[in-house]
Amino acid sequence: MNDLSPKARMSLPRQSMPAQPADERSHNFSEVNLGLSVLQAHQEALRCLECTHPRCTQGCPVGVKVKDFVALIAAGDLLAAAAKLREDNVLPAITGRVCPQEHQCEGACILGKRLAPLGIGYLERFVSDYEREHGVHTQAAKVPTTGKRVAIVGSGPAGLSAAGDLAQRGHAVTVFEALHEPGGVLIYGIPEFRLPKEIVRAEIENLRRLGVAFETNVVIGKTVTIDELLGTEGYQAVFIATGAGLPKFLGVAGEHLAGVYSANEFLTRINLMRADQFPDYDEPVFDCRRRTVAVVGGGNTAMDAVRTALRLGAARALLIYRRSEVEMPARREEIQHAREEGVEFLTETVPKAFVGNEQGLLRSIQCIRTEPGPPDRSGRRRVQPIADSEFEVPAEIAVMALGTGANPLIQASTPELATDARGYIAADPETLTTSRPHVFAGGDIVTGGATVISAMGAGRRAAAAIHAHLLMPDSKSDG
Amino acid sequence: MFLIERCEWLAPDIKRFQIRAPRVAQKFQPGQFVIVRVHDHGERIPLTIADADPVAGTITLIVQGVGKTTKLMNRLADGQPIRDVVGPLGNPSQLHRYGTVVVIGGGVGTAIAYPTALGLLRAGTRVVAIIGARTASLLIMEDEMRAASQLLIVTTDDGSRPGPRLVTDALYEVMKSEPKIDLVLAVGPIGMMRAVADMTRPHGILTRVSLNAIMVDGTGMCGGCRVVMGHQTRFACVDGPEFDAHQVDYDLLAQRNRAYREMEQESLRRFEQHPDWDMQWVAEQCRLAERHPEILVNPNTPPNSEAH
Ligand SMILES: Cc1cc2nc3c(=O)[nH]c(=O)nc-3n(C[C@H](O)[C@H](O)[C@H](O)COP(=O)(O)OP(=O)(O)OC[C@H]3O[C@@H](n4cnc5c(N)ncnc54)[C@H](O)[C@@H]3O)c2cc1C
Ligand SMILES: Cc1cc2nc3c(=O)[nH]c(=O)nc-3n(C[C@H](O)[C@H](O)[C@H](O)COP(=O)(O)OP(=O)(O)OC[C@H]3O[C@@H](n4cnc5c(N)ncnc54)[C@H](O)[C@@H]3O)c2cc1C
Ligand code: FES
Repeated sequence: MNDLSPKARMSLPRQSMPAQPADERSHNFSEVNLGLSVLQAHQEALRCLECTHPRCTQGCPVGVKVKDFVALIAAGDLLAAAAKLREDNVLPAITGRVCPQEHQCEGACILGKRLAPLGIGYLERFVSDYEREHGVHTQAAKVPTTGKRVAIVGSGPAGLSAAGDLAQRGHAVTVFEALHEPGGVLIYGIPEFRLPKEIVRAEIENLRRLGVAFETNVVIGKTVTIDELLGTEGYQAVFIATGAGLPKFLGVAGEHLAGVYSANEFLTRINLMRADQFPDYDEPVFDCRRRTVAVVGGGNTAMDAVRTALRLGAARALLIYRRSEVEMPARREEIQHAREEGVEFLTETVPKAFVGNEQGLLRSIQCIRTEPGPPDRSGRRRVQPIADSEFEVPAEIAVMALGTGANPLIQASTPELATDARGYIAADPETLTTSRPHVFAGGDIVTGGATVISAMGAGRRAAAAIHAHLLMPDSKSDG
Repeated sequence: MFLIERCEWLAPDIKRFQIRAPRVAQKFQPGQFVIVRVHDHGERIPLTIADADPVAGTITLIVQGVGKTTKLMNRLADGQPIRDVVGPLGNPSQLHRYGTVVVIGGGVGTAIAYPTALGLLRAGTRVVAIIGARTASLLIMEDEMRAASQLLIVTTDDGSRPGPRLVTDALYEVMKSEPKIDLVLAVGPIGMMRAVADMTRPHGILTRVSLNAIMVDGTGMCGGCRVVMGHQTRFACVDGPEFDAHQVDYDLLAQRNRAYREMEQESLRRFEQHPDWDMQWVAEQCRLAERHPEILVNPNTPPNSEAH
């Protein structure tokens, strides 16, 4: 509890996040935000009104005890603050950077009614960075091993958080990952300038220290099936956390020209395969220098792709979005950063066709303007094209960031695993049980593309449910 | 990491590898492939599994050195590890018992077609095999293909072997002499596959081709391998690699495969001038494998591996 009066607390301004200058950072892949200083973090923590019924905790998908960890920062006990945070959030250095705080904790913060909300994301990032940089690892108390084995499929935030919780309860956990490096979207999707890979790798190292085994290069459904995991491989439970990794396309003419990428491909080539360092790394990517790169979409993925294009030297980086800027689903901070860096926004516009030259290389995009139409069933207004409003945008590279769907690999190879109409795995929202005994599922493969924090929450609920299941007398016997 | 147990040259620039990959060997079915990343700075390339021994836990790959990564791979020797091997990917070939099937392999396509030919033969199908190369010294797997077929026809573009020059010339003869062909499977350069499709289309002969689209992940995540079949988009890695030859948009495939031509050439030039730059990464992972032999048996990501 700090000694300032509510009035004094409210007189303190929200600390602003130190960042690389826009004209500098748009040419490098280093992290944009530099993190609060100790002094700033302290000042920011003092702003908390310490509500009796904190709405921030309710606004958090995993119920982080914001008031408590912020009070520990104000009291100067940063490691205790980090430990408090970790009680509810196992990946705080990551979520502090990528959560849409404006819709969650900070959106609910009472300060935000009249003033700027408490910088909860900044503080979360601050304490977890402090903890990592000071080489302290919150080590779990050693629990006796249970002799039970759990297989986790996919190493994104859902899989990682489930792995951590299960290992801490004494179960033997193996995480299977299709790619050559674990981390899911945190590694192949979200770029370095927003989430340094070193942070993700440090979290994975933490899990290894807890005894979690990682087996990369295993595509469940192809290399090994779910039935084999539960059979010959000897696991007593399986948690499917394979994400929503299937890219979508518009289905318009010319979308398969060379130079048209899905965001997944474009970002994977850069983040996972390091094509930005070609030829030191072998992976090629279209040369963006002196060229126009147009990204279609308005979410975080679109922002990541368009800002990556700038960093690859694009002469012009355009964002084409079918609705207005305020309706973009991306985090506010990303939209603002993109603007500052020089991304041009072409809103209320959709591509009608991609036009190539005789070698099949993209040369321009035919677009049409849109306007709001009547609301759809969910109440969100539809968009409709405006007649005779076509125009052409010259572009050599286009990236489609239109959202993703469910990859059918596992569903197709696992008999009697129920899915919903869109192909996502059907699982109970609380217990995460599926139609198959001993098989649980959570994260984007159940909800569709969502957020890191919601995937992490699902992973933690799954771990609790699997733990309970393993201790049940009628659970699968060992081996 | 995945140990090369044995390798040998089959022809100039074409090498056969036996690699320890027990999980892949267990699951392999003809027509499937793996994705390989040679070292930590490498790209991911697809290679067909030519054969597998589930008991020994090994798979066989046959690699034609056409560019940087395949030439790098062909410099590797027995006892060296490959960074990443993932699979088996893609759909297996359908190995029904057909009446007569013509299996056509052009260049390294012969290696890709071989396991399917053998599988068909074992299923009781009459297999006519046609294999072709630019010149006699580049012919591969002739003995294997002879053993996997009732009739083998060999073609050379330059006529260095007696007989037809193009695989389509040979196919023309076979179509005349065989009373009924139930299926043609063609694997090779895009131009060859298109020519075969054009020949069989008017006769309504079911024809399949294995498409060599550029791939990244091989799991359906990136869409880079997309091909167009009639009016439908398909991902070659998960929906293929075999498709109905009469539906494929070959122009699009050829254009997409050319997309990185300049960079590929730059990569190759650099590699040929400074092979040591790459071999140092290979040497590094050899040392890692020596220090942690367990990572070869159980191909987990080794400790402290991702240091970039
Ligand atoms: C570019 C981009 C930017 C984003 N930005 C944000 C952001 O700023 N804030 C935010 O909250 N959210 C963001 N998201 C969304 C967020 O990343 C996802 O909601 C979250 O990662 C989902 O976690 P997951 O664990 O369910 O799956 P994923 O992170 O998708 O991980 C799934 C893993 O499973 C592996 N896998 C798939 N199939 C198999 C198989 N058959 N066998 C073995 N392994 C398999 C995949 O390779 C992958 O590694 C972003 C997403 C993208 C693509
Ligand atoms: C399903 C499938 C199975 C294959 N099986 C075999 C095989 O058994 N043996 C064999 O020798 N080759 C096989 N190939 C082809 C092999 O993958 C390419 O020759 C290899 O990727 C070339 O890489 P490079 O760096 O040596 O040459 P580069 O100079 O980089 O490329 C040469 C050509 O190969 C193609 N290519 C380049 N990168 C990729 C990539 N990431 N994925 C796919 N194609 C690419 C392009 O068309 C390019 O023009 C297969 C391809 C596919 C799609
Ligand atoms: S290789 Fe990425 S989807 Fe096929």
